[in-house]
Amino acid sequence: MTNITDKISNVIFESGSSGKNSIYDRLKGFPKFLMFTIAFLSISLLIRISAVESALDFPFNIGPTLHNGIDGAIDWVVINFGWIFDIVSDFLKLCIGKLRDFLIWIPWPVFIAVVALLAWRVSTRRVAIGSTIGLLAMASVNLWDPVMVTVSILLIAVTVTIAIGIPIGIVAAKNDFADGIIRPILDAMQTMPSFVYLIPGIMLFGLGNVAAVLATFLYAVPPCIRLTNLGIRQVDPSVVEAGRSFGSTSLQLLLKVQIPMAIPTIMAGVNQTIMMALGMVVIAAMVGAGGLGIEVLRSMGQLEQGEAFIAGTAIVIMAIIIDRISHGFILQKSKV
Amino acid sequence: MKDTSGDDLETELVSENDPKIVVNSLWKVFGQNNPHQALDEQYRNKTRDEIQQELGLIVALRNVSFNVYSGETFVVMGLSGSGKSTLVRCLIKLIEATSGEVLVDGEDVTNFNADELLQFRRSKMAMVFQNFGLLPHKNVLDNVAYGLEIKGINRERRHKEALEMLERVGLTGWGEARPRELSGGMKQRVGLARALAVEPSILLMDEPFSGLDPLIRRQMRLELVELQKGVHKTIVFITHDLDEAVTVGDRIAIMRDGEIIQMGTPQDIVMRPADDFVREFTLGVQKTKVLHAGSVASKPDVIVKDSDTIETLRSLVHGSDSAYAICVEDQGAFKGLIRRETVDGIKLSEKKPLRDYFDESVEVIPSDTILEDLLPTLIDSDHPVPVIDKRNRCIGVATRRDVLRVIASESDD
Repeated sequence: MTNITDKISNVIFESGSSGKNSIYDRLKGFPKFLMFTIAFLSISLLIRISAVESALDFPFNIGPTLHNGIDGAIDWVVINFGWIFDIVSDFLKLCIGKLRDFLIWIPWPVFIAVVALLAWRVSTRRVAIGSTIGLLAMASVNLWDPVMVTVSILLIAVTVTIAIGIPIGIVAAKNDFADGIIRPILDAMQTMPSFVYLIPGIMLFGLGNVAAVLATFLYAVPPCIRLTNLGIRQVDPSVVEAGRSFGSTSLQLLLKVQIPMAIPTIMAGVNQTIMMALGMVVIAAMVGAGGLGIEVLRSMGQLEQGEAFIAGTAIVIMAIIIDRISHGFILQKSKV
Repeated sequence: MKDTSGDDLETELVSENDPKIVVNSLWKVFGQNNPHQALDEQYRNKTRDEIQQELGLIVALRNVSFNVYSGETFVVMGLSGSGKSTLVRCLIKLIEATSGEVLVDGEDVTNFNADELLQFRRSKMAMVFQNFGLLPHKNVLDNVAYGLEIKGINRERRHKEALEMLERVGLTGWGEARPRELSGGMKQRVGLARALAVEPSILLMDEPFSGLDPLIRRQMRLELVELQKGVHKTIVFITHDLDEAVTVGDRIAIMRDGEIIQMGTPQDIVMRPADDFVREFTLGVQKTKVLHAGSVASKPDVIVKDSDTIETLRSLVHGSDSAYAICVEDQGAFKGLIRRETVDGIKLSEKKPLRDYFDESVEVIPSDTILEDLLPTLIDSDHPVPVIDKRNRCIGVATRRDVLRVIASESDD
């Protein structure tokens, strides 16, 4: 900040410093920042006192024109390309439904055994035991079905996010121009409050699980893109050079050198994506996503603190289990 | 630039071949501004620093020209920042030159389009890197086979060839290991095997041994020299170590500030350094390992032809204080050596031909023997050792004094 003010005051004072006895020479002793503050305060005071209308209230407001325009554009998209969204929506609905039915169909002891075995293979025995206890706890409070619904939405959302995020990350890594466009968009997306992501979901897909998937995707895709980009850019340049020196095409270089070497970082991005997606579970429930989120929302709405606490805790347990298992998986993949 | 010509043998060897690589006034200028400014006539006499200050451009290569002949090991030596790494990358177009041409087998690499460049890299040139550049996610065998893999050679065949290459570099049985399990020396053997596997006619080596321990480094140099005897590649070898340069190199180019300041055989560089900068480098070199017997041999005091008479021999020997005489045939081929005592003992009444008196069994030394190998012979013999060239002509004799003088001059400096 001081840097900017320095630069501004430099421009202001430097311009009038031709003569020897200029104002600049006399004011030289004062700190620039102090002079700058005095200057802008006195200008503000002057305008306030003289009460110049156009300097106190902005002379026009184009807000309504703008948001009317945006509304029109969205209406146009929905009317003309609605069929595309219908196809996507139907497809995702089908996937989520089938997956949910399948997960609920699996008897709980089998499900717990599979998760425990997986945890033990990719991580430690401690994680396996912890996962078992966690799942048993969720089953014991009759949250098994909501958990399975949440898992199915989560799996579909994460799959969509990775399937779109990683290719975008690769493009950003390979092309500086694309990176220059994508980077500020990601910055904006990450500063946006997460509730905002519910809006496009409702507009394009209406209330339901599909809107939740879109909201989750928008919220969780930035780390996936960023870390894929970073991972590929971070690959040891001497190895890339060696690959080029043997006559690799750009695609060969990507598939045989850059992506394999970036796997640990890309997987860290996938882990981040999963965690972010979990963070959207409750918020996504507001647009009609089923599962644990709706349990939390409903019980909070009815002032059932106990139920809300239990459902909230179930989300935390789920997050821990998924994080530990995916983390173990990443470590295994990173061991080169 | 001073191009000191090699001794007769080397120039002969070189002139028999067409050059494999011709580099013609190559320039590489780095910087944001138009790099061609630095090539302008008005900057010809300015130093690199002055150009950088005036134009904001860094001149990495400045009008570099040289030839590399088929089967020779050409060493480019220089300190960091001298442009040697840029130079070697320009040869394979990993860095695009600003101006000039690089002809390999008569084709200009700098003009290659993308396809031609891929074919060129896949078949003609392969490179070995200082940091190895191995793929950590692939095992050693697949690393060696990488060049073949991207050429589209099937798995079975490329593994077979990779196994052969591993054997050649002494890593039999390591195919399944990951690069991270290997020591530095072994990693570089993998790098070398990977380069050899694509069967290039030219091998570029960018400070391949600089990252290794001193002992391993020396061993690798000797192995490279041995290996080269079997494969006869054209090698362009980059190093910052003159000791390494003289061990592996047939010819050496010394670079400073993007220019070649001296080019010649190791003997040329060590015996006749172009300036103080080069001389500084030569101080660290073991001369007994570099210099050939031919470069220390002195003219014998008495030479006679085998058609000469005994009287001639006697008068020549007695006319000097030499303890021996060398006999050569008319064409200059070495015949034998006769000691002063023998000359004294010859009775005038004996009418035997001159050649009967000469000791034809004395050991002779080829002129390209390095001093280190000459020393044992010299220590064991009580007379100077005749030095002969490839055509058996006697080009002089090596005495203990000659050799000692060279070694002493080393400590003088």
